[in-house]
Amino acid sequence: MSNPPTELLPTATNRSGARTAVLPQAGGRIGLARILLSRDTVMIYALVVFVIFAALFIPRFASPVSTGFLLLDVIPALLIALPMTLVIITGEIDLSVASIAGLTSALMGVLWSAGLDIGPVLIISLLAGVLAGAFNGLLVAVLGLPSLAVTIGTLALFRGLALVVIGDNAVANFPPELTSFFTSKIGGTGIPTVMIGVAVVAVFFGVLLHFTPFGRGLFALGYSKEAATFVGIKVMRAKFWLYVASGSVSALAGIYWTLRYSSARSDNASGLELTVIAAVLLGGVSIFGGKGSIPGAIAGVLLIGTINFTLRLNRISDVVLIIVTGTLLIASVVAPSIIEGISKWRHTRRHRRQLPQASALGETRATASGVQERK
Amino acid sequence: MTLGTPTPEKTAVPNRHASSGLASILRLREVPVTLALILLVTVTYLANPLFLSQQGTKDLLLNATIVIILAVGQAMVIITRNVDLSIGSILGIVAFSTGTLFVAVPGIPIVLVFLAGMALGALLGTINGLLVTVAKVPSLVITLGTLYVYRGLNNAWAGGTQYFAGDRPSSFGALSVDTLAGFPLITLIAIVVVIIVAVFMASTRPGRDLYAIGSDPEAAKLFGIPVTRRVLLAFFSNGILAGLAGVLYASRFNSVGATTGTGLEFDIIAAAVVGGVAIFGGSGTVVGAAIGALLLTTITSALTAVRVDKFWQQAIVGLLILAAIIIDRVARIRTAKKLRLSEARDV
Amino acid sequence: MNSSPQPRDERSTTPLLSLRGAAKAFGPVVALADGVVEILPGEIHALVGENGAGKSTLVKILAGLYNLDAGEFLVNEHPVVFRSVADSKAAGISVIYQEPTLFPDLTVAENIFIGRQPKNALGLINRSAMRKQARALFEQLGVRIDPDRLAEGLSIADQQIIEIAKAISLDASVLIMDEPTAALSGIEVERLFQVARALRTSGAGILFISHRFDEVFALCDRITVMRDGEYITTHETGSVTVEQIVREMVGRDIGALFPKVVADVGPNVLKVSGLSRAGVFADISFEVKAGEIVALAGLVGAGRTEVARAVFGIDPYDRGSVELHGARVKQNNPQAAIDAGMGFVPEDRRKQGLVMDLSVARNAALTLRNRLSRFGLINAATERRTAEDWTTRLQVKTGSQEYKVSTLSGGNQQKVVLAKWLATEPTFLIVDEPTRGIDVGTKSEVHRLLSDLAGRGIAILMISSELPEVLGMADRVLVMHEGRITAQLDRVDATAESIMHAATARLERSL
Repeated sequence: MSNPPTELLPTATNRSGARTAVLPQAGGRIGLARILLSRDTVMIYALVVFVIFAALFIPRFASPVSTGFLLLDVIPALLIALPMTLVIITGEIDLSVASIAGLTSALMGVLWSAGLDIGPVLIISLLAGVLAGAFNGLLVAVLGLPSLAVTIGTLALFRGLALVVIGDNAVANFPPELTSFFTSKIGGTGIPTVMIGVAVVAVFFGVLLHFTPFGRGLFALGYSKEAATFVGIKVMRAKFWLYVASGSVSALAGIYWTLRYSSARSDNASGLELTVIAAVLLGGVSIFGGKGSIPGAIAGVLLIGTINFTLRLNRISDVVLIIVTGTLLIASVVAPSIIEGISKWRHTRRHRRQLPQASALGETRATASGVQERK
Repeated sequence: MTLGTPTPEKTAVPNRHASSGLASILRLREVPVTLALILLVTVTYLANPLFLSQQGTKDLLLNATIVIILAVGQAMVIITRNVDLSIGSILGIVAFSTGTLFVAVPGIPIVLVFLAGMALGALLGTINGLLVTVAKVPSLVITLGTLYVYRGLNNAWAGGTQYFAGDRPSSFGALSVDTLAGFPLITLIAIVVVIIVAVFMASTRPGRDLYAIGSDPEAAKLFGIPVTRRVLLAFFSNGILAGLAGVLYASRFNSVGATTGTGLEFDIIAAAVVGGVAIFGGSGTVVGAAIGALLLTTITSALTAVRVDKFWQQAIVGLLILAAIIIDRVARIRTAKKLRLSEARDV
Repeated sequence: MNSSPQPRDERSTTPLLSLRGAAKAFGPVVALADGVVEILPGEIHALVGENGAGKSTLVKILAGLYNLDAGEFLVNEHPVVFRSVADSKAAGISVIYQEPTLFPDLTVAENIFIGRQPKNALGLINRSAMRKQARALFEQLGVRIDPDRLAEGLSIADQQIIEIAKAISLDASVLIMDEPTAALSGIEVERLFQVARALRTSGAGILFISHRFDEVFALCDRITVMRDGEYITTHETGSVTVEQIVREMVGRDIGALFPKVVADVGPNVLKVSGLSRAGVFADISFEVKAGEIVALAGLVGAGRTEVARAVFGIDPYDRGSVELHGARVKQNNPQAAIDAGMGFVPEDRRKQGLVMDLSVARNAALTLRNRLSRFGLINAATERRTAEDWTTRLQVKTGSQEYKVSTLSGGNQQKVVLAKWLATEPTFLIVDEPTRGIDVGTKSEVHRLLSDLAGRGIAILMISSELPEVLGMADRVLVMHEGRITAQLDRVDATAESIMHAATARLERSL
């Protein structure tokens, strides 16, 4: 602890200097350095480096066809990562996202094969996602139940409902115009047309988080719920709507998945939640809340997606990817922790030398001149 | 009101919270899940008596065994306010290694195979524990990472290889078929595990320390409880038990390969939560987790027996988890309200 | 009225614990300049002093949490150096805090014996032995608590007794009770006193820290007074009066530190009528006019912060109303209060006033986030400029606006809190313990600032536990006691004695 416990400091002393020195402490980097060296930007560098490396050394990577496939693969995770970032920044988590996507897919299959027009099918499926998100929001934000446990429950519930709705069946006869639209590309660039929609969603969440009062509130909320309440942030409302957003976007991902593969199954997107969370954490979002960015999260998703894709291009099995993802994740959270621990240890050692009587527990603040009052 | 009573009389503050025997039993966290289990079994039996036939009961127990062992281990970790998502991957690696051992070393004593599997599980669990305690990163993140790494190692090792029932000695497979006093042998192993861990958690100092750590980690540190050592112990034990479950898996099921154990983690956490283990740590018992595991595995069989679409199973599991969480929260709110009322001043 | 202290010659004269000339500083902030305390076996010894007199620092030194910078510390006439809480416990010193920390999920008996539970022949915990030992401890203390009950939901009074039982089981010879009665009701206080007397009879020494003089005089044998980090004197309880003690605690020079300029008082800004919240406070009615500083005084636990939180909307209330400029303010809605023109500088700087992990700039601009946005978007540059503007005005010393606010000193942190609220241009400001934990230099800056704000027409409600601050700064003083306002005093009528009497009113009346 760098500051002495506040309740102990005296209010009236008759011999202290009026100097209020500020510790030359690791307050953090400032200005440009801070932006250029933070976790998320490091991830963006890593992504850029890897893409360049891949473009140069891996055949067939830097081609419109490859780009197309890569992006098509990555879209569901990319979509879900956006609201997930905001949810984790507020200190919560949503493990039910993949199940909502699966439920949406199942609904689409059943409704379509029942003969409804594709329009209502899409609308109802999207609505299901909104309701699922609202259900999560009710339990976590309004009732205050722990989000980890609740979303494990809804993960099972929604996946279960998907099973109930469509069972073992798979529905595949979606309108070909629609499915081909989903796999179509913009001109000759190889970028899928749907990326436009994805980009819109990404910009929406990015602006929401980084440039609106609501977003500022989320960061404060993630660090300190109490302090947030004191500045008028409506905690319950914010969290509730974030879960609704998470459910809605998961539904979008489910719709995309179904139409892209032209297949509605109950196990679509199975396991996607872990991929998204791993990617988002890799991208610099802190599991403790309060820290993270949309660019960083997108970089995390793209990095994992790109590594995956290049490995497959070279017919290296998925195994390596899985190990790499896991190791990257562990390294990315352990490394800062260890670095911080080392710097703190060096810091206290340096200052303990100035104050020979300072105990390890009662770390005193040391100013440059090490004030010691002796009677 | 006088403040000075000359002689120290025994002041009996009316203890509003005195627990009568029955009341305190009924308040146990394990009661809801036990009642649910009894209810489920009774209703299903009434609808279909074959449910509790000799073969039927045996199947129930066999299905539950591995989940029980895993849930017991996970409960230990959750009680310390942590979580281990990698148990599915640990089980997978150990199951595959068991298959490999039998094929690579024909005639290897089965006991050795058990020991090897448990040792491997212990190693993997300890790695988790070290990462959590040394790096002080939440276990959710660490074990998410090791879930991937261990799974990847399993895939890399196994490749496309699979071991089948024919690859293991028949005596090993028989553990899952033969019974003693009506219980399949592997189920007896599970019961022994539950008893040992339950006694440890309830009646030894390290066991009680685990509860203290989950109840209030800061206070635990302040009181001199060796938090790091205890948390490591929890992860180590969870690893051993996952290893044991992996070996038993190889005995019970007819094939082990690269994908064995995928997706188990959430089911196990669900079992523990349903069984009364609070996700925030500090409360719940391994017996409760075991009953929760039994309940969840029984639902599938029950649904089949009652000829309900087995597709409902997962949805019902989800509802049970949510119910368990809500019941726990309601109970806590009621105690908090009682406290507030008893402390409120007469304004 | 009070049980007579044992005659001097019957008590052993070897002090259990003795501290002389103790000094402790944190950088430029001197927490303790000359701490002296001596505890004899079989005595209950009171330690009194205003907030900031150094009592807490002294206790933490005794408890092993802090090292002495200078001074002499003897336990049973042997000099000691405590490197940790464990050392202090091993030496027989136990501290009972106002808010005990028990493990809610463990039973009472387990809480007492955690880490040292009695074992049976098999090496397993012997629960019946543990239960018996716990019961024996409770009997020794003269209380009845069920050892098998979970600690969760126990009243604070019971938790304290359990902590005491734990201390005894650890063979504590000195028990330090830090404001133990703040959260207790009458009956529970009585029970605590009986326990304390039982301990005294058995030869233990008790250091009893409290603001409540009726209790001090009823229970304690000797009283030590501290002021401004220094030891003043020690009295035998029988030979001193409350007035004398108060005078020694408060000292004479009050006015010098507080540059309160008498301002022109304007129209009513805040009107609170009949505010009540079951079990917390009742019938709170008062007004604050523009340019006025109204102090809300009282003992810790009287309900002052609770009232402020209800007025600002953090907590709900059951009855009554809050009006700002004649318009009713929606309850339980801080944003509505802020929009109406209220600001709240909370008691707990670190957990409520600031988001410690955010930068100075972000913290300063947090209250303005809505006002700084155009078409729903925030311009980061404007945000930074506004934050800088206000932090410069208040002379917040920081290396950079981007530094985490946790790196600033307490005084500068408080200035950031003030900056962020002043930026909203409130007409009514609540400040809760505005100078707690701040060095004297910044303290007078804060006071000057508050005075300045009042001069500009802002209405201020100041909650403070420091009599000098209250007497120096306030135009009017409201005194609360156990959830009610017991006195409304004008500046001329407000004296240390009159405030203290109103703050402890009910207890005195019923004695």
